[in-house]
Amino acid sequence: MRRQQIVKPSDPTAVTAVMVMRLYVVGSAPNSVQALANLESICQQHLEGHYQLEIVDVLEQPLRALADGVIVTPSLIKLSPLPVTQVVGNLSNTGKVLLALGRPGKSP
Amino acid sequence: MKRVDPQPLSKMATGIGGFDELSGGGLPRNRTTLVMGGPGSGKTVFSLQVLANAARQRDESGIFVAFEERGREVIANAATFNWGLPALAEQQIYILDAHLSPTVIQSGDFDLSGILAILKAKKEQMNARWIVFDGIDVLLTLLQDPILEMREIYRIRDWLADNTLTAIITAKLDSQTVQGTNYGFMQFMVDCVIRFDRRLEYGVPAHRLQVTKYRGSDFASGEFPLSFGPSGIEVAPPEPPEIIHEASTERVSVGFERFDAMLGGGLFRGSSTLITGAPGTSKTTLIGKFAEAACQRGERTLFVSFDEGADQITRNLSSVGIDLHPHIQSGLLSMYSGRTEARSAEEHLIKLRALIRDHQPRCMVIDPLSAMAKAGGIGAARAVANRLIHLMKDRKITVVISALIEGNDPQAEATDLQISTIADTWIHLSYVVRSGERNRALTIVKSRGTWHSNQVRELVLSEAGPVLTDVYSAGGEVLMGTLRWEKEAEELAKQTQRRIEFERKQRDLEFAEADTQARIKALELDLQRQQAELALYTLDGEARALSSSEREDKLRRMRSADRIIDTDAVILPPPDPVTPGAVSGSGTYKNTREED
Repeated sequence: MRRQQIVKPSDPTAVTAVMVMRLYVVGSAPNSVQALANLESICQQHLEGHYQLEIVDVLEQPLRALADGVIVTPSLIKLSPLPVTQVVGNLSNTGKVLLALGRPGKSP
Repeated sequence: MKRVDPQPLSKMATGIGGFDELSGGGLPRNRTTLVMGGPGSGKTVFSLQVLANAARQRDESGIFVAFEERGREVIANAATFNWGLPALAEQQIYILDAHLSPTVIQSGDFDLSGILAILKAKKEQMNARWIVFDGIDVLLTLLQDPILEMREIYRIRDWLADNTLTAIITAKLDSQTVQGTNYGFMQFMVDCVIRFDRRLEYGVPAHRLQVTKYRGSDFASGEFPLSFGPSGIEVAPPEPPEIIHEASTERVSVGFERFDAMLGGGLFRGSSTLITGAPGTSKTTLIGKFAEAACQRGERTLFVSFDEGADQITRNLSSVGIDLHPHIQSGLLSMYSGRTEARSAEEHLIKLRALIRDHQPRCMVIDPLSAMAKAGGIGAARAVANRLIHLMKDRKITVVISALIEGNDPQAEATDLQISTIADTWIHLSYVVRSGERNRALTIVKSRGTWHSNQVRELVLSEAGPVLTDVYSAGGEVLMGTLRWEKEAEELAKQTQRRIEFERKQRDLEFAEADTQARIKALELDLQRQQAELALYTLDGEARALSSSEREDKLRRMRSADRIIDTDAVILPPPDPVTPGAVSGSGTYKNTREED
């Protein structure tokens, strides 16, 4: 399962660079489903569409996940902008996710 | 999907010395074993060693999931063991670095389904038979919810059951409490539980291992000591309850003839001999002599020394004519020098067991065994000494052990280790101080099943080796040192005198014999001469008688007269044949004597 969602910046005046993220999930495991929902909600609310998200299903690409050093699922890796950060868990704590994404200020 | 296994429990040997014995064959195949223990108790080493042995001995591959350390740290830490892990880690052992970086931010719950999916793929890729989850609690405590942790444990269990892997899960055990941190239920879940323990006994760390659970199998349930050597963990296996030793009647030389004679022909093959004595009574020399003799017979020998280097021992022994170098070079003799301070007796035993297994000796010496009691308490050391002797008897190794006794009285019971009661032969060395000298004395206190000398003998160290001197006793005491020397000198002088006396007497007798022979010869000659003279005379007489009768006849005819008898008396005086012959014989005899 690989979904790519690329949203072009709708507002040309936006200064923020496009955020590149990768989310590792396991099929329909409850935590994974929840993490995906939580992430989509965060993206809509805080990233205003300036992001690029790849979703990797570990069941389908286990050796890729292994190569990427993913141990627990769900796991979110922010690849760009640097530094690379990783968040594990179902992303229920929005504040912590934003902290990891480098957007603490946007937290409500 | 649950695995249904109708077959009897089969086991996978771990290849860890002692463990396979006490567990009745190893770990349960395709089942999960929980290894619990405090920090530094050997959980990780045990798990890695099982993987390494399986890979090396049976070419079985395995996965090691390291939650506590980084993968390269695992390899680096195991470099002290001779498993060749770096090479194995490229082929049969996959080390998964499951160490969560501290920079990772946690937000909400997570689960292990991802890593299990990864492991499944990896397992299929490398056809792994083994898996180790090392320190899984490190990860699971991040969940901060015991119920969630339990859920993940069950997830692992189900996963293992589906994947036909023989698994080891390690978990920390707080050394203060018996119960594992939150993982008590794991003990019920798994099929086999091994508990590792590390504690201090008299300031020396003592490692123990205990199998507390083994479903469908019997096992030795006691606590077993373990130690860490170059090949990893060694476990002291349970001792058999019954003593079955074959008693040999073959004699083995102690190294010098007189000593063998004192023992009634030498030591029995497979027997144990204890040499006790104060420092400097040449215990090591006797032991070295035995080792040398064993090597000269071509028997593999193991020389174990404590607190004295092998090099120093060989050098010291060479000063008394015992040369062990060639035997070390030929590989017949293996020297091992152990330090006693830091190790418990138990660890020494495990080490010795490994040495015996590696070298397969027929003869063995330990110098001094009493050093084993230095660290770790006397109680443990006694048990160890006892087991060590039985171990060697089981293997029919002829062993000579020395033990230090402070003081000089063998009756004041030898060794703290109480080995004198289990040793077959007990030789005591002591100093005898008399007339300003300190001399070494050797006594055989006991020797089971054989005649042996009851005499105290003096042991002298010479360049040619140890020697038992001749026995001289005076006033009920065996003479030693210069007293013996004096006695020896005295004996020698007396002997010389006796020899001279004897020779003189012999010469006298020979002379007398020759003299008698000469007399006999002279008399014989005389006799012959006389006989010859007598014969001559008789002949002459007859001739005369004949001629006189003829003359008488003539005279009678001329004168026609009588008076024949008067004429006879004048003309023929009676001869004296004896006297002149005797005088001549006597003269000859005198001459002979003067010439001598």
